[in-house]
Formats: sequence, C-alpha cells, structure tokens
Amino acid sequence: MTAAQNIIASEQAVQWHLVCETKDLVTNSGVCALVDSQQVALFCLKIKGETQVFAISNYDPIGKANVLYRGLLGSIGGAPVVASPLYKEHYFLETGLCKEHDDVFVTAYPVKVEGEKVFVGI
Amino acid sequence: MTSLDSKTQIVVVGNGMVGHHFVEQLHQSDANVEITVLCGESRLAYDRVYLSSFFSGASADDLALTTPAQYAEWGVNVVTNALVTDIDRDHNKVTTSEGQVFNYDKLVLATGSYPFVPPIPGNDQEHCLVYRTIDDLLAIEASAAVSKVGVVVGGGLLGLEAANALKQAGLDTHVVEFAPQLMAVQLDQAGGNVLKDKIEALGVTVHTQKATQTIEAGDTCRYKMVFADGTALETDMILFSAGIRPSDQLGRKSALTLGERGGIVIDSHCLTSDPNIYAVGECALWDNKIFGLVAPGYTMARTAVSHITGGDAEFAGADMSTKLKLMGVEVGSIGDAHERTAGALSYTYLNQPEGVYKKLVVDSEQKYVLGAVLVGDTSDYDTLLQYALNGIELPEHPESLILPSSDAAPALGADALPDTASICSCLNVTKGDIVSAIEGGCCSVGDVKGETKASTGCGGCAALLKNVVDCELEKRGVEVSKAICEHFNHTRQELFHIVKVNGIRTFDELLEQHGEGLGCEICKPAVGSILASVYNDYILKASHLPLQDTNDIYLGNMQKDGTYSVVPRVPGGEITPEKLILLGEVAKEYNLYTKITGGQRIDLFGARVEHLPDIWEKLVAGGFETGHAYAKALRTVKSCVGSTWCRYGVQDSVGTAIDLENRYKGLRAPHKIKFAVSGCTRECAEAQSKDIGVIATEQGWNLYVCGNGGMKPRHADLFATDLDTETLIKYIDRVLMFYVKTADRLQRTSVWMDNLEGGLAYLQDVVINDALGINGELEAQMDAVVDAYQCEWKTTIEDPESRKRFRQFVNSSASDTNIQFVSERGQVRPATEAEKVAGKEQFIPVSMV
Repeated sequence: MTAAQNIIASEQAVQWHLVCETKDLVTNSGVCALVDSQQVALFCLKIKGETQVFAISNYDPIGKANVLYRGLLGSIGGAPVVASPLYKEHYFLETGLCKEHDDVFVTAYPVKVEGEKVFVGI
Repeated sequence: MTSLDSKTQIVVVGNGMVGHHFVEQLHQSDANVEITVLCGESRLAYDRVYLSSFFSGASADDLALTTPAQYAEWGVNVVTNALVTDIDRDHNKVTTSEGQVFNYDKLVLATGSYPFVPPIPGNDQEHCLVYRTIDDLLAIEASAAVSKVGVVVGGGLLGLEAANALKQAGLDTHVVEFAPQLMAVQLDQAGGNVLKDKIEALGVTVHTQKATQTIEAGDTCRYKMVFADGTALETDMILFSAGIRPSDQLGRKSALTLGERGGIVIDSHCLTSDPNIYAVGECALWDNKIFGLVAPGYTMARTAVSHITGGDAEFAGADMSTKLKLMGVEVGSIGDAHERTAGALSYTYLNQPEGVYKKLVVDSEQKYVLGAVLVGDTSDYDTLLQYALNGIELPEHPESLILPSSDAAPALGADALPDTASICSCLNVTKGDIVSAIEGGCCSVGDVKGETKASTGCGGCAALLKNVVDCELEKRGVEVSKAICEHFNHTRQELFHIVKVNGIRTFDELLEQHGEGLGCEICKPAVGSILASVYNDYILKASHLPLQDTNDIYLGNMQKDGTYSVVPRVPGGEITPEKLILLGEVAKEYNLYTKITGGQRIDLFGARVEHLPDIWEKLVAGGFETGHAYAKALRTVKSCVGSTWCRYGVQDSVGTAIDLENRYKGLRAPHKIKFAVSGCTRECAEAQSKDIGVIATEQGWNLYVCGNGGMKPRHADLFATDLDTETLIKYIDRVLMFYVKTADRLQRTSVWMDNLEGGLAYLQDVVINDALGINGELEAQMDAVVDAYQCEWKTTIEDPESRKRFRQFVNSSASDTNIQFVSERGQVRPATEAEKVAGKEQFIPVSMV
C-alpha cells in the first residue's frame, strides 16, 4: 500500500470499535489500545481549549518496536505530529506520513468520541 | 601546457595537508586527469594543525582529512607506505622503495618537511623523540607513560604545542630554548617575556638561552642534559622541536634546483626547474623562503592546480600572521612584528598584573598598520589584521586600537571591510565570496561555511566570519535567529529568565504568552527541564507529563525493543549486601539482564513498561531511590574507597561522595551531570573527567570543573584548591546553578565552559569573587531545589492514577508480543528481527514471571 492509498483507506467505510473511555486518555500525551489484535496509539491533543483525539498504528517502522504512543506530541507548521521515542522521526497524526522519509508511513485510523466513549475505525 | 584532451597522468608525492588539498582542488576542477597519490605514511592526510588534540582525546580518525573511500569515490589512485626513491626526469617516471614504477605527465612534490634535530651527542637515544606525525605522537604517548619529567627542546610555536602535549600527559614539563625568548619568530622580546611568565604560571618551566651540549645518563631521571653554561637538567624524555627542514631529498637526487640552505626552488606557478614538476608546501622554496604554515601551502596547491588546468593564478608570497592559543594563552602576531621596516614606529601596552602585552607597529607617517604582537589577549587581532592586509587608513589615535576598553577605539565593523578583504586565509575566502554566497541564498553561518568552505581550515576566523555573515544578513533585513525552535523565538537562557522572573509554572502558560503552535520534542523537554530546575515539582504531574522526553516520561531508559532499564541510586557506589541481594532477587523475578554501569551502580535491563511500578515498589520498599539515569540531571558521584580503607587516602572520599550525591540528586539541568571524588592525588575515581571533580589533598579538597569523558573528552579545569568541605559545597552550588541558568539545551558543562566568554577565569570571578553579585541568589536557588527533592518513583507508585499510565494497553491486560528475548551467556537479550522470524521455540516465554 502506498502512502496515498493509506490516507484514502482511512477515509473509506470502516468498522468502529469501542476502545476505551475519555478518562483513559492522557491529555497531550498518548496511550495504547489493542484493537482486533492490532496495537493502536491514541493521542489526546488539547488545541486552544478544544480536545482532539488521533489514532495511528503503534508500531514504529524504523525502530521496529511498538512504542509510538510513548512519543512526544508537537506541531510542525501547525500540523500535529508525534516524534518517535526511539529515533525521533515525526509522524503526522492526521495522515500517518513520516516527515523525514517519503517512503515511510504508519496507518492512520479515524476516531470518534461519543460522550465518554472513544471509538477507532478499522 | 593546457591541452588536456587525453587523460593527463598526475602523480602526487606526499599526502600531507597540502598534498591532500592539491588533490581535492584538482578533483574539484573537473579537469580530465588521472591522479595517483603516493603516500609515504601508512595513513592518508590528517590535520597536523590540531595534532596536540590527540592528547586530549582525539583519535587518528578524528584528525583524518580524507579516507580511502573518499579517494576511491573521486577516482584517485592511492598507494600508502609508498616511499618514492627516484625520479627519472628523462622518462617521466618515479620509482618507490618497493620497486613500483609510476609514469607521469605532471609530477607534484608535496613531501613536506622533517623536524630538525640539533646535532647533540646522545640525541639518538630511546626516549629522544620528535613531534610531527601521528606515529611520533604514539611514540611520545608510550614514552610519557614511563616518564615523570619531559623536556621540549625549542620554544617556538610547535615546541610550545608539544610542551602542552607533555603537560596533558601528566609530566613535569620543561621547555629549553636557545634564544633569549620564546617564539622568537613571531614575538618581540617583551611579548616573549609575558608569554614566558604566563606559561610558567601554568606549571611549565621555561629555560631560555640554554644551548644543550650533551645528553648523558641521569642521576635522578633517565637522562641529564648538560648546557653550555655548565648547568644541567634531569629528564626522562626529550622532545625535539627546533624547527623544520624541507624534505627536498628527491629534488636533490634528481638534480632539481635547490636553495643554498635546502628547499626545492619554485617560481610563481609553483613550477620547479623542470617544467613537468611542481613543488608545493614546506618542501618548496619561493623567493628564498620556506613557508611553514598551512595557509600558504594551500595557496601553492591551488596555484599549481590552476597552472595545470590552464589558469593564471600566481603565488605571490603569503601573509604569515598567526593567532593561536598555546596552553590557553592567547598569542597573535601580524606582519612586521619586529619593526624591521625602515622608519617603523610602535605603540606598546603592557599590563603586567594580568599578563597582557600588545604592540602595534605602524609606518613612519602613522597611516598604516605594518605589524602587531599580541600576548594574553588577542581580541584586537581580527581588526588589526584587516587594517594591515587591506591597507585601511589608521584612525587619528592609532594607540586606541590596542588600549583596553577605550571608548575612542573605533570598532572596525564587518561593514568597513572591502570585498577583497581575506576573511579565511586557509581556504582563501574573501568577504566578496561570502557576500555572493549570501546573495546566492545562504542564510546562516553554517550555510556559508558549506558553500564557501570558509572557517573549515584552522577555524581562527570563525568569529570574524560570523560578524560578516550576521552583518550582511542584517543589511538584507534577515533577522538572525537564535530561537530554540519554531515555537519559541527565544534562547534557552531567555526562556529560563522568563520562567523565573514571571513566575511561570506550566508549559501552556509559557506557550500562550511567549510562543506559538503546540511545541515539539525540542522546546517541550527544554521547558520541562527549566520548570524542574526552578520549581522541582513532580515531573509526571498532569501539566508536566506531556513535556517529558522518551526516558523521563516512564522514569526509565527506553531500549531498542521498547523495554526499559532500571537503575536505582547507589550513592557514592556504596551498597550493602542486603541491597545487592534485593537487586538480584528483583532481577531474577522479572527476568532482567544485569550489568554494572560505569557510574558504580547496577543496571537492570529488559523491564516491560507494565512491570516498572511493581519492580520499583519492591526496590523502594528495600530502601532504594530512583537513580535519575533517565534524566538530564545529576547521575552519579563516583568515588574511590578513600582514607577509611586505603593506605594512601588522605580524606574520606566515600563519605563526601555520598553527601554530594544526596545533596544534588534530583537537580535537573540542561544536560546530565556526573561527579567523582578521589581520596588522594592518585585519582582512582577519575574525577578529572567529570563535570564536577573533587580530589582530596592533605589540607582539604581540590575542585575541578567542566570535564567530560564520552564522545568529546575534556580534562576538567582546576577551579580552586585546598577547600574545606563547606566552601567546596558552596562553590559547587554556584557553579552548577550558574550552568543551569545560562547553558544551552543539551550543552554539557565542558562545552558550556568552552563557549563561556572569559572561560575559566570568568567563572572563577563569578563564583569565587561574586563578580556578578548573584551568588546569594544561586545558593538560594540550589537550596530550594534540594529542599524540594522527592523520589519520583516513590511518588509514582503511591499514586494509583500515575500507576495506571504504565499499562501497555488501556483496554487489555495482554503483553506486547513483539518483545522477545533469547538467552546469551546465561542472561536474556532482545531477539533480533531475524531470530523473531526464524522461530519462536527458542524464546524465553513472556509469561515467565
């Protein structure tokens, strides 16, 4: 799958999985959920008072370990990113694309929050 | 000859700095040539200018200017250990001692020079050495290891460099000079005297006007040097650095024209008396002069390249001005330092208490600078050199150029320089080159360096280059950025100030008032560290947690497979058998790999994130605290066993190490901090390689600061001597807090010190004499940090909310199956990717615990 297909896939019809409640998320940091035996990193970003939740695959394709949820959050030119805790590559939370390498990406999943419940689409 | 239709065979004899520069320049000229380099040493070109850094930890690789791979990429043929013995000028070929033959169209001799060893009886003994090549350095190192006293014969530039090397090797060092003064070529007598005083103050004994007559067997040392005046000096080793002689043997053998006192004669195209043979660098004699500096050698190399490729560059002599730091003493010499020009007049300034001497030599009309001598303070060097080189007319009171902080001194801004002004003489970069680089899109010193190569030679022009670049950028309306990252337009030091003065307690507050965006992995940990240095709150509280970097955020060191290592604090390296047993029990229970660290504690590897709180619960219950191995903070205070047990110890180094570690544990800083305490001068704790080193004396403690092991080793500077314990702690409080307050992010104390304007003397002035009047504040700040200390792991395991964050999954109690171990030497290690694919049966089960 190419990076472009990766984004399209995430926008297509998906099956929603209830993964946790909002109180399980950590503001401006990450947690990890096991969804359908896949590890999903969930990030809760508070941007100007508004909370947004993002989900990407937890597997760091460069460090080859399940650690992305432990990375530092930030922004590059306004777009939210997580920095891999191992070697600091940046992944855009909205697309899963890697800033440093054109051919590297992680899957980005759609997220929805209904009341207290957090759903990830796979 | 300019036609290069078929590949011209270029053979270069010698691969020193100049020979290499020739190859590099010729390669870059894209001429249709085939280059063969015959290198007499086993190593390719390396940096001889920085040779002495070998003794402060640089490796042969650090000094290398090129690699076989790079030459291969350029298509250059290289033969090492190829000593050329013959040139057959009739048939255009050279022969090596191994009998290899190489044909040339053009031959370039870059054979350099060899050290002159005065013909003194006994000069050929085992520990009589020279200082020229890396092999010489290895020999010096070996000799120094079995010597206590060392003598350098020759008080010139290289001799003093060599003396520095011996000093760093820990020898009682002497310099013996035939002339009545040091550095007679570059300095006048008065300057030489000031330099002598300064160098003697550093513990090197200088003997001038001494002619060595024989080297005999010594009484107290290995050798005895007997001087013409009847005196003698005992020493274990002797290093000759009494000047260089051109390596012109090949020229002599093949009947090229030589100078009366040696050197292969060249014309302004660097051609020898044979139109197919060039000579460049220290083997070449131009206008009856040998040029013993790298910059003129580089110019010769470029001139020869130009001539070979049909250009018209000419060598027209070179400016021999130099600025350098010898054993920390600044020395500069420009142009006619000895007032040899007819009618020359001079101004001098001597400040004996501070050891500063400056002399300005001007023409009889007092319109132009002819030369200058600077000792102890070379801050005026760049300005004076530009006056001298560019014929800039002097201001009304020329003396104002060398008088201290005289308001009348008109600063010669980068703006005042003409475009022809040479900024980097090593690489021949003019101000005009820099301006065009900036016009071509360069926006920083780094860009300009990359584009023009300015300041990549000896580096002496770095400050001037920065001035020119900043000035040109400002002229174009480019603001010179000192921002830490895209989210804050401030330096770390400014952010520290803002946090402290405005009482800011969270990142969000700071970002809202002084930044933009969401932050990043640069500014967040930096601000997290600043907040911790100022307030020392629990670092995982909700507002601080998102700021913590990879290791801090889980209070452990993340390993390549996503597991963590656990390092409890072992103050001073002292540990009870009960605690050792507990560590062993915990390691066995959680199947952890154990290793002793360099900081005298025990590292437990392979802990899964979800096990960390349980592991620490057991460790804390057994009396351990967090070791902050994951933090930019105080790490360890290493100690030797000290006077309690050791037959030689003079103070209780273990007790002091424990006290220091307990005082500063939890202090967060721009980077990690390591201490060591040695109980006597044998220095078994290696304190001089630490940020803070303490060495016991009969009277108390000697304090060393800003040392470093690791990637770029630096010996710590002796800061104060024979301190009582109370003063010792005061000084350490102040040094550390001043560092925390003013350093850049991720700047170790060693680099901080190297960049501190005024260096060690300034730091001493601030800490010992309270020059800035901030000592009270620094101490209060440290007391506040010490009082606010908490064991982060204890706080974490006691709080159920904090513990929750160590779950691997928020919705499952499963483990990460990607973490797999195999057994090696009786312990676990992470499985490789190949092993993971190969088969699971060999793995140690995850559920072992």
